[in-house]
Amino acid sequence: MQPENGREMTTTDPIQATGSTSDAAPERSAPIDHSVPGAGFVTTSLTTARRSILQFFRTPQLLMMGTIQGALFLFMFRYVFGGAIRSGGALSYVDFLVPGFLVTVILWSGMGAAAGVAEDSSSGVYDRLRSLPIPRVAVMVGRSLADITLVAWGMLVTGALGFLLGFRTHGRISSVLLGFVLMLIAGYAFTWVFITIGLISGNAQAAQGMSMLVVPFSFISSANVPIKSMPGWMQPFAANQPISVIINAVRSLMQGGTHVVGIGHTTAYWVVLSLVWSAGITLVFSALTTLRFSRSK
Amino acid sequence: MSPIIEAKGLTKHYGEVHALDGLDLTAESGRVTALLGPNGAGKTTFISAVATLLKPTAGSLHVAGIDAATHPEQVRRVIGLAGQSASVEPAMTGRENLQMVARLFGLDKRSSRRAADEVLERLGLAEAGDRLVRTYSGGMRRRLDLGASLVGRPRLLLLDEPTTGLDPRSRLELWDAIRSLVSDGTDVLLTTQYLEEADQLARDIVIVDHGKVIAAGTPDELKSHGGQDVIEVRPRASADLDATAEVLTQVAAEPPRIDLDTQRVSAPIEGGAEQLSTVVRLLDDRHIAVDDVGLRRPTLDEVFLALTGQPIDATPDPAPSADAA
Repeated sequence: MQPENGREMTTTDPIQATGSTSDAAPERSAPIDHSVPGAGFVTTSLTTARRSILQFFRTPQLLMMGTIQGALFLFMFRYVFGGAIRSGGALSYVDFLVPGFLVTVILWSGMGAAAGVAEDSSSGVYDRLRSLPIPRVAVMVGRSLADITLVAWGMLVTGALGFLLGFRTHGRISSVLLGFVLMLIAGYAFTWVFITIGLISGNAQAAQGMSMLVVPFSFISSANVPIKSMPGWMQPFAANQPISVIINAVRSLMQGGTHVVGIGHTTAYWVVLSLVWSAGITLVFSALTTLRFSRSK
Repeated sequence: MSPIIEAKGLTKHYGEVHALDGLDLTAESGRVTALLGPNGAGKTTFISAVATLLKPTAGSLHVAGIDAATHPEQVRRVIGLAGQSASVEPAMTGRENLQMVARLFGLDKRSSRRAADEVLERLGLAEAGDRLVRTYSGGMRRRLDLGASLVGRPRLLLLDEPTTGLDPRSRLELWDAIRSLVSDGTDVLLTTQYLEEADQLARDIVIVDHGKVIAAGTPDELKSHGGQDVIEVRPRASADLDATAEVLTQVAAEPPRIDLDTQRVSAPIEGGAEQLSTVVRLLDDRHIAVDDVGLRRPTLDEVFLALTGQPIDATPDPAPSADAA
């Protein structure tokens, strides 16, 4: 039952390897009689991802909260504010709203992810994982895989709700599918932002607090209203922040082009810009996460 | 046998705080070593250093002969850590938790299943194995957490205050679990602020305070280091406690201690039996009726008091964290 893979290690004398401790007594180099091999990168990622996914689907509060909150906001925007908002392009408000709303799922579900990471960080879960013979980065990759799964779940639920409230796509089916793929790519980029927030915040409450940053990104965007309806000083941020860029791309893909949506440039322009943003965010925040989680303090 | 842990001048500073302040410690293989000390003594910091969770500011640390500073990833192949707070997942069953950690230790699926079954059986959790951990009692969670650290059969188990916050019965169960591990030949380093726990489980006790080792040895050695025997008197009426203390003051080497819970007065005393009869005579002179009077070896508590000048604080750590302490 004992893993015997420690053998190759015993051939390397750890004392020789360190070199510096000249006063090391020879008996220190006693062979390591048993040591565990440790899991590889893929096993570690998938195993830890599974844990976070199970945690979500087996905790009714988490599962219901997200769903109900999403449904509530969608309902209110569709019926309470919807009548007063002119969507700008050739779209009905519900067809304008739902693609934007789907993209903001990335942000809202990220709040939960940040809290979960902070919780694992303060509860000793990450201490255990960091003490195991596994690549530490893989634990974070596992977390991001779990989070993007939850984002996909949130989009599925929101999409279904939107459909019930009258949302229909007008683009080609291939474009609509591309829209979903783009949302997942962007969603994956943002999981790293929320993992970083979770790691640096220290505890779940602080993580929730820091995650309130999602509110301006979600609302000062093209998600719920056309940016042209906002005051001039707000428009530069609203039009250029990444969430708006991604929404413009997804909305154009789903509804048949930028002219239908009532924005400039081509669909391809917004798609490429979204991919650039996603790549940049992934690069920066996965690096921050890795630095933070892998180093020994 | 070569030492399983060897620390020399281990130092860890967090700004002004010296969590470890030149700690020297050698833990022999094949036995349980207990790190005993009050809150903030540096116990958790030391465990974290051995578990390669933090980098010491200075000093050297070898675990199973491996330099923890240069080859931390090799150290991780040898250890299993159970931290202060149970880190098992409440939304998974006991079995799933153990299988997950077994997979991370590098076992394949089938071996993980077998290892999980074995550990559940051994810790008396076989019947609860398929229940969500959310439904477990605190004691069961701790046992499962211990199980998770040993499911990969590491050579050295690191247990940080394994029984803090448990009720007496759960504590006894956990002690049994730890003892059975040791009989298997697993080396154990545990931290505790309970003297009784160290006394019960450990062959070697290392007393730490302010990030330094202040004494080390077997429980018996430490007790005899404490030096003088202790005379202990239990007056029949609690009104006589103060008067009894006055009597002891006349003969004792140090001011006597009054324990209101047990209604006993005790003081270290030189000269043993001879002084005992003096005490009995003095008590008789003052017409203090006693239920019990006797001479005994000092307890670890008294050893600790003698060494540090303050009693061990047995209150649970308010904010366990790998960063603090």
